[in-house]
Amino acid sequence: MRPHVGSPPHFQPSGTIGAPGRRNERRLVRGRAAGDTVDRACTTEHQKMPNTVYFFGTCLIDLLFPRTGLAAMRLLERAGLRVLFPQGQTCCGQPAYNAGYRDEARRVARAQLDAFPESLPVVVPSASCAGMLKVHYPLLLAGTADAARADAFAGRVVELTDFLVRVLDLRLTDLGPPIRVAVHNSCSSRRELGVADATMDLLRRLERVELVEPERAHECCGFGGTFAIKQPEISAAMAADKTSAIAATGAAVLVSQDCGCLMNLGGTFARRGGGPAVKHVAEFIWERTSHDD
Amino acid sequence: MTTEFRLAIGAALGRERVRTNIRKAMDGLVSKRAAAFPDADERERLRDQGEAIRGESVARLPELLEELERSCTRNGIQVHWAETGEDANRLVLDILRHAEATALLKGKSMVSEEMGLNEYLKHAGIEAVETDLGELIIQLAGEAPSHIIAPAIHKDRAEIAALFREHYPDQPPAERIEELTALARRVMRKRFRGMTAGLSGVNFAVAETGTLCLVENEGNGRLCTTLPDLHIAVMGIEKVVARLDQIPPLLTLLTRSATGQPITTYVNFISGPRRPGEQDGPRAVHLILLDNGRSRIRLDPELSATLRCIRCAACMNHCPVYTRLGGHAYGTVYPGPIGSILEPQLHGLAERGEMAEASSLCGACAEVCPVRIPIPRLLNRLRFEAVNAQADSPALGHGSRRLAGQAGLWRLWAWTCAHPRIYRTLTRLMTALRPLQPTRIKPWTDTREAPRIAGQDLHRLARAAGFTDRL
Repeated sequence: MRPHVGSPPHFQPSGTIGAPGRRNERRLVRGRAAGDTVDRACTTEHQKMPNTVYFFGTCLIDLLFPRTGLAAMRLLERAGLRVLFPQGQTCCGQPAYNAGYRDEARRVARAQLDAFPESLPVVVPSASCAGMLKVHYPLLLAGTADAARADAFAGRVVELTDFLVRVLDLRLTDLGPPIRVAVHNSCSSRRELGVADATMDLLRRLERVELVEPERAHECCGFGGTFAIKQPEISAAMAADKTSAIAATGAAVLVSQDCGCLMNLGGTFARRGGGPAVKHVAEFIWERTSHDD
Repeated sequence: MTTEFRLAIGAALGRERVRTNIRKAMDGLVSKRAAAFPDADERERLRDQGEAIRGESVARLPELLEELERSCTRNGIQVHWAETGEDANRLVLDILRHAEATALLKGKSMVSEEMGLNEYLKHAGIEAVETDLGELIIQLAGEAPSHIIAPAIHKDRAEIAALFREHYPDQPPAERIEELTALARRVMRKRFRGMTAGLSGVNFAVAETGTLCLVENEGNGRLCTTLPDLHIAVMGIEKVVARLDQIPPLLTLLTRSATGQPITTYVNFISGPRRPGEQDGPRAVHLILLDNGRSRIRLDPELSATLRCIRCAACMNHCPVYTRLGGHAYGTVYPGPIGSILEPQLHGLAERGEMAEASSLCGACAEVCPVRIPIPRLLNRLRFEAVNAQADSPALGHGSRRLAGQAGLWRLWAWTCAHPRIYRTLTRLMTALRPLQPTRIKPWTDTREAPRIAGQDLHRLARAAGFTDRL
């Protein structure tokens, strides 16, 4: 388990200087030089454990995997937090942003800023969407009337597993049978937010879970949003290699913090037949630690 | 849309042997790099230094180039400026004709590939003799480099043995790696004799001292630059650095990032032609400074980071796309992540913009770049420029990839997502019409099952479960 700096655990947005156990952290911090002051201001503001958080469900979870979203909110609630789900939230805007349509992405981004007005942490069950909100909103809205709002919002955004481990230091009691679990960390969790450790950390808190990392764990699964549509052949080749590596671990379940990767890998497994069940880390943990489902 | 690039990708993915060769080689380079940087703090400090030094080069490019010209001239190196590859080719040819050379010994140079020098010289009746082992192999095979530091990396030992058998039938058969390199050495040594002109690239040129730095592992670079009476060096203008004391950090970043070596077998510092009383060295040294679009790239404060590149190839070694395609599928001089930001800028977004789309934006490239080029961010920027028709955009061919239908769909999508009520109505509708969801959604379902739309969306589930909207 990653040691905490000071105790009790503080709410400190990820990517802050000095957080131990992060690979390549400096690059991430340097890359967001503009956000540094915001981060610090936010840290002060949330020195104490928050008692209320916003939940940003993501559009993918909203329409395709709502049980994952619900499981994540229940985990937060069970930890003693009040969880708000603003009905005004839609999508983070990343699809348009990565396709080059910045004006469109900006329009959607503003709508999210409107939907989360209070100065509360915004917990996101996807490192990819969290990265969009946290890293790219300030870039996207820089020089516009919403720049300050975007910076402040970015400072409040925190990826779910990072929040569960670092802020809540969540204790888990494993109620499930012994099981082997393969972990796929999304590229955003690894390289954009530097929170990939948190998923492993959480799963290690489940007593009867045996964790395995597939070969070439650091490599992208081939999803990449519009990439899977624009370059389907390369994307499929990447997904084929990744699913083979995961299948080779003999794991019964594949867990990730990002539903985009899971949709890609789960869909590929379903087509090729066999392979592990596929679950978001929040749903997996909720099922292992709750009596009801 | 099935483009030429997509077809090339399909073909490349089908070539199992090449894919295996490249993957194996890239895995090797990745682990060598990792082993060469055992201390993460030192690595990050060096990368900071690399970024700062190369950033200074790009920021002060015009004055540094003028200083380089003065220093080189003082050292007896004749400096030439070339706006385009064609200009550079003509300069090389003029120099060769003046020296009455009929053949040119070549050390490895990506800029000469960019110029298309070998073809140009062939038309002029001058033979270009590649002396780098990898370059020799692909020259024999009639191919282009598939990697910027290991041009024949896509070929395995058996293929190379077959090539040598075909082209050097009088040589004893060679199968093992030692035999193959020994054969190449025997053949190449003969070629070096009596040659009057050699050409090399430049890894770094020092403005302060007029020194050309060249790293290599085979000694062919040293032979090309010292044995013939004439040495022509070609370099992209961005390779200039201000001071000699900036070279050590760059050299160690370059060799460790590229091949995992603490230093290459040969490091050449060329500071001019043979001086009176010296026993060896060329009698004339020419330096050709090639722009070929670099000045234009430099004008954009964000995209100019592209010019920090020191051509180590770590980005392609670590790229999940490159490792599956190899360099040839790109059909460009510079493949992989650096190629995907450089080529669209050099040749325009209309022609090369698709390269910027051939990335999942996984960030593996930026994670290892020794000079911290934010490649994913620049890919995103180029995607923006490709569909942005605004007149003041700095990118060549901006807006050329904008399709009215696609733009309309994105506008509609943005309008939906910016209006929560409409968004919720739409998701409600989609969940209600769930039984009608098609099972085939191309191209996704070519290789995967499609995800099923949920019976109820999270907005409704959350509300039903008592998660409120606001405080």
